[in-house]
Amino acid sequence: MTNKRLKGAKDLELLRKDLLKGREEESASVRVCCGTGCRASGSDKIVESLEREAAKAGLNIRVCPTGCQGLCEKGPLVVSVVDGTFYHKVDAFDAPKIVDLTLGRKEKIDRLLLSDPITGERAQTEEEIPFYAKQERVVLKNCGHIDPESIEDYIAAGGYKALAKALTGMTPDEVLSEIKAARLRGRGGAGFDAGVKWEGARRVKSDVKYIICNGDEGDPGAFMDRSVLEGDPHAVIEGMIIAAYAVGDSKNGYIYARGEYPLAVKNMNIAITQARELGLLGKNILGSGLNFDVEVKKGAGAFICGESTALMYSIEGKRGMPRPTPPRSVEKGLYGKPTVLNNVETLACVPPIIEKGADWFRSIGTKGSPGTKIFALTGKVKNTGLIEVPMGISIGEIIYDIGGGIIDDREFKAAQIGGPSGGCIPKEHLDLEVDFDSLSEVGAMMGSGGLVIMDESDCMVEIARYFLSFTQVESCGKCPPCRIGTSEMLKILTDIVEGRGKEGDIERLEEIGKRIQETALCGLGKSAPNPVLSTIRYFRDEYEAHILKDFCPAGACVSLGHYRIESSECLMCNLCVEVCAFDAIIEKRGSLYIDEVYCDKCGACIGVCPTNCIVREFVEKPALAKSGKGETKDE
Amino acid sequence: MGTCACEQKGQFTDEDTAAVKSVLDGYGQKEGELVHALQDVQHALGYLPKEAMEMIADSFNLSFAHIYGVASFYAHFYFAPRGKNIIKVCTGTACHVRGAKDIVIGLEEELGIEAGGTTDDMEFTLETVSCVGCCALAPVVVVNEEVVKEKKPKRIVSSVRGSEDDK
Repeated sequence: MTNKRLKGAKDLELLRKDLLKGREEESASVRVCCGTGCRASGSDKIVESLEREAAKAGLNIRVCPTGCQGLCEKGPLVVSVVDGTFYHKVDAFDAPKIVDLTLGRKEKIDRLLLSDPITGERAQTEEEIPFYAKQERVVLKNCGHIDPESIEDYIAAGGYKALAKALTGMTPDEVLSEIKAARLRGRGGAGFDAGVKWEGARRVKSDVKYIICNGDEGDPGAFMDRSVLEGDPHAVIEGMIIAAYAVGDSKNGYIYARGEYPLAVKNMNIAITQARELGLLGKNILGSGLNFDVEVKKGAGAFICGESTALMYSIEGKRGMPRPTPPRSVEKGLYGKPTVLNNVETLACVPPIIEKGADWFRSIGTKGSPGTKIFALTGKVKNTGLIEVPMGISIGEIIYDIGGGIIDDREFKAAQIGGPSGGCIPKEHLDLEVDFDSLSEVGAMMGSGGLVIMDESDCMVEIARYFLSFTQVESCGKCPPCRIGTSEMLKILTDIVEGRGKEGDIERLEEIGKRIQETALCGLGKSAPNPVLSTIRYFRDEYEAHILKDFCPAGACVSLGHYRIESSECLMCNLCVEVCAFDAIIEKRGSLYIDEVYCDKCGACIGVCPTNCIVREFVEKPALAKSGKGETKDE
Repeated sequence: MGTCACEQKGQFTDEDTAAVKSVLDGYGQKEGELVHALQDVQHALGYLPKEAMEMIADSFNLSFAHIYGVASFYAHFYFAPRGKNIIKVCTGTACHVRGAKDIVIGLEEELGIEAGGTTDDMEFTLETVSCVGCCALAPVVVVNEEVVKEKKPKRIVSSVRGSEDDK
């Protein structure tokens, strides 16, 4: 560990050379994924036992705990750096074998190699796995490859090269025009041009300006920011310093990390301390005269704080409620000063753009949305995890080529993209080229990039209700359209899901949704109705089936089910009779049956039945005018 | 300490006062530090008693109402004591479609409390959380800040009880 401050770009290059030389002398090294996902599967124990075994065998092996390697589902992942052998689902007990066979004798352990679900062939290296083969890693290039707690690893991998280039070889205006030329769009959701934002803040005269990194990734179903903060924290810091240089007059930066991400906060703080020690943060960075420092702010659990103005109030120690814009935050942001707020992924895109140039960046992705995008691929796909793909890839490629298809080879129904601000993409748009503009055309939104895949057993009305219940709880309550509107919409959706839907409900949802979109104060409020409106747009028939036919086509809404006891398997144990709070289970002629009039469809009986003989069935009733429905129950 | 947890409820001891003081000593009066100060005080005491918030108000030279206003805005602040073990079930989208609801119901039955509640013996608090960012392992449960892969409610509870016995 060098405790020397780097005084210029030359010092940095010397340090890099030294580090690379040291790496060559190691006989082997092995990467163990220690992202939150693999940690949950016990990867820290694997690191320990690998180190112990290597020491026992007298091998000079470097065990490198890395950030997320992406294929979380198959974790814990272990990769040998020498020949790229890729092991999945590794156990701490496998450590002696890995050290002895793979690292010592260069033999592979078949059992730990990932096999192709179709051909059964075992992939030897990362490149042979389709999940990785289709990806293009720009932001994630270090994530999963370096030890996030080591600045030496980052520098050895080419880190802070872009910063040195910007500070010593470019004027702030040149940096700015490079970012503008790259057409880097904000990865946090709306896709606003980052260069334009920087320019706006640069133009305003002020003694103090702020750079903020938005890591308050509140969208359920998204974890790319967490993975970058955890796995490659220096990339974010480097991006922020470059932003500070381009914008000018900014001495302070904040990284607002979500409170639910303790590991991200920890790694970020370690990285900041290390960068300060080397003089990459603080006064006179790399001898350029630039003064800039960064601080981590830990969120306290409010989804709304992902909205830029709310986030700034939260940093100021206030209630995180958005304010109307203009003035935009580039003019009056944090503490009333010009502020640039970018998302984690956006800032991590900055160093590669400066290093390789805007033309290179524009060569990836689509014309309107250059570059790559990280998606958190989850839900009913075989390979869940973190992927980075060029913009313009189709949803179908993501699901089938990278994701490996739907679990149990069921039918794909929809992809939910963009979390509670986004929408659903149905089957007919499987070949849609994903970028910021194409998604908004089909009524969805990039959002932060959560991609939840749903199959035929997921009810779209229920999913819409789920998102609304989230936005309703998380609404800050400042503006009535969002506060009252979402709660009204949630009421209607709950009624539909629980079998109390009325004719006209769909139209009412559309009406309220449109009003919220037009009148809510902030971006999150305006986009809150999106999940409902997009499911109505593509799955109106499902809504109608719920309302008119008391039928849930996906068989997911328990309240619309009909309960029946299969008497041939019933033991007459009477457990269901005891548990039923509505006295709906009656004994007649030596067998038990459920009286639908009294049954509340709570499903408690299914839970207690020892022989699983109570079945929930979904029957399509002939479409009836809803007014006649309630009467049978009241009689 | 041999005293029952419920007797301690609502009692603000001298030790607590000292703990809050030592946390606040590290902070100035900058309002921007308020959320962090609240987080640290809560970390020390497990929740935010009224007395502690009054001390914070004095220390930051802000009104009690202001402190309560900020604290009550954020979901991570609690105004009542919580259990020794905190089980959070993630109900994010990915966990939702992979059956998080069943885990919540199972844990509710196993612990005899509703989500958001604490058992009478102050051993367990059960909560739901919107997303912990482990979507690829969905559904997930977080026990005392550690993400666990175990999905069977009975085993989750017994493993917590078991690891306690080890100590």
